[in-house]
Amino acid sequence: MSDTLLVSTRKGLFTVLRDGTRWDIAKADFLGDNVTLTVMDPRDGRRYAALDHGHFGVKLHRSTATGWEEIATPAYPEKPAGLEENDMWGRPLPWSTVRIWALTPGGTEEPGTIWCGTLPGGLFKSTDHGESWSLVRALWDHPKRPQWMGGGADLPGLHSVCVDPRNSRHVSIAVSTGGVWHTADGGETWSQRGEGMRADHVPPELTHDPIAQDVHCLVQCQAAPERMWVQHHNGIFVSSDAGRSFTEIPSAGPSTFGFPVAVHPEEPDTAWFVPEIKDEKRIPCDGRLVVTRTRDGGKSFEVLTRGLPDRHAYDVVYRHALALDPAGERLAFGSTTGGLWVSENQGDAWTCVTHTLPPVYAVRFG
Amino acid sequence: MPRVIFTQNIQRHVACPETMVAGSTVREALEAVFSENPQARGYVLDDQGALRRHMAVFVDGILVRDRTTLAEPVAPASTIHVFQALSGG
Repeated sequence: MSDTLLVSTRKGLFTVLRDGTRWDIAKADFLGDNVTLTVMDPRDGRRYAALDHGHFGVKLHRSTATGWEEIATPAYPEKPAGLEENDMWGRPLPWSTVRIWALTPGGTEEPGTIWCGTLPGGLFKSTDHGESWSLVRALWDHPKRPQWMGGGADLPGLHSVCVDPRNSRHVSIAVSTGGVWHTADGGETWSQRGEGMRADHVPPELTHDPIAQDVHCLVQCQAAPERMWVQHHNGIFVSSDAGRSFTEIPSAGPSTFGFPVAVHPEEPDTAWFVPEIKDEKRIPCDGRLVVTRTRDGGKSFEVLTRGLPDRHAYDVVYRHALALDPAGERLAFGSTTGGLWVSENQGDAWTCVTHTLPPVYAVRFG
Repeated sequence: MPRVIFTQNIQRHVACPETMVAGSTVREALEAVFSENPQARGYVLDDQGALRRHMAVFVDGILVRDRTTLAEPVAPASTIHVFQALSGG
């Protein structure tokens, strides 16, 4: 089990360590800077941190033996002269990295491969530990990609990358909004997946169109990769055929709305969510911050409350801010109001590590 | 040769000392800086080579408004300031 948490916040990266039975902040990096996502590559232990300096743009850093070094930021190629491409608001779509929204190590047999999802929707691949990046042109140039729209942000955002543990060339991604896409050849060709999801914020003609789906988060079970879970703008969906089709879960405790989802690495029917009041409010239901857990593939849900605030809690937990350790026992999540909670027992009970962090964007075990 | 002065705030990310460079336009002058200091490029320009949205460039105190081509002429005695706009956080 992992004893380390990487907590990315609006004002820095906080490393939280377990000392005996107690979790505490051990280190602050990039203090004052906006750290949007930090991940650890389990193949070599290196950490990758995405920063957004606002005026100075998005930057990427990689851990060294003694600290951090800035490495190449995924950059879009030159926009073809004369190409007119507007976003959903009629403004020119920037061919420029606006945000890094996904960092996912490749498979075990391809050390050095890292996938990076961005706003405005480009997927990048590095094969040299982030020294250089290439835009995955087959996805960016896909004739249907211009139909992607903004979801949580003005621009389309590619936030989830799932590398199939059986075959690293099989990669599924999810876009807000743009649905689920899949490659079976390492990114050379792409096809839309995600039949069965439902969007009720679009006209009826588009409600069941896979490209219109606002997937908030997509995860894949490591031991049973055919099982995928989606937290969607419209609710919770589960797939038993690697994302080709999904079934809606009609109810899940106080709400089926939320942003993150975590699936147990060995038990495909076990998954966790953090429900919020949909979507015009986006706060916990009745001021009670809870986690929901299913152990039976979504047929039923437990509402996990022990140790979590039960009144006047207005924490929002973003899509990358709920983490499950590789052993599937420890959970952690951070909130927009600076709270960080850890569970040692799959969510049965929670301990508040701190409630005074800056807004938390991402929590990952490291 | 035009003088190029960078905002103090950029210095903690990437050292950008005041420098004199060859160039008859803002673009030429900045490219001359970035050829010596390639890491600084991405802090000032976006992926397409345009001025980042919340950066501001002044030539002798006049704000450069063509942020894409940066074709504003500069004289040998000009001073180019690369600053942050107050907008953008």
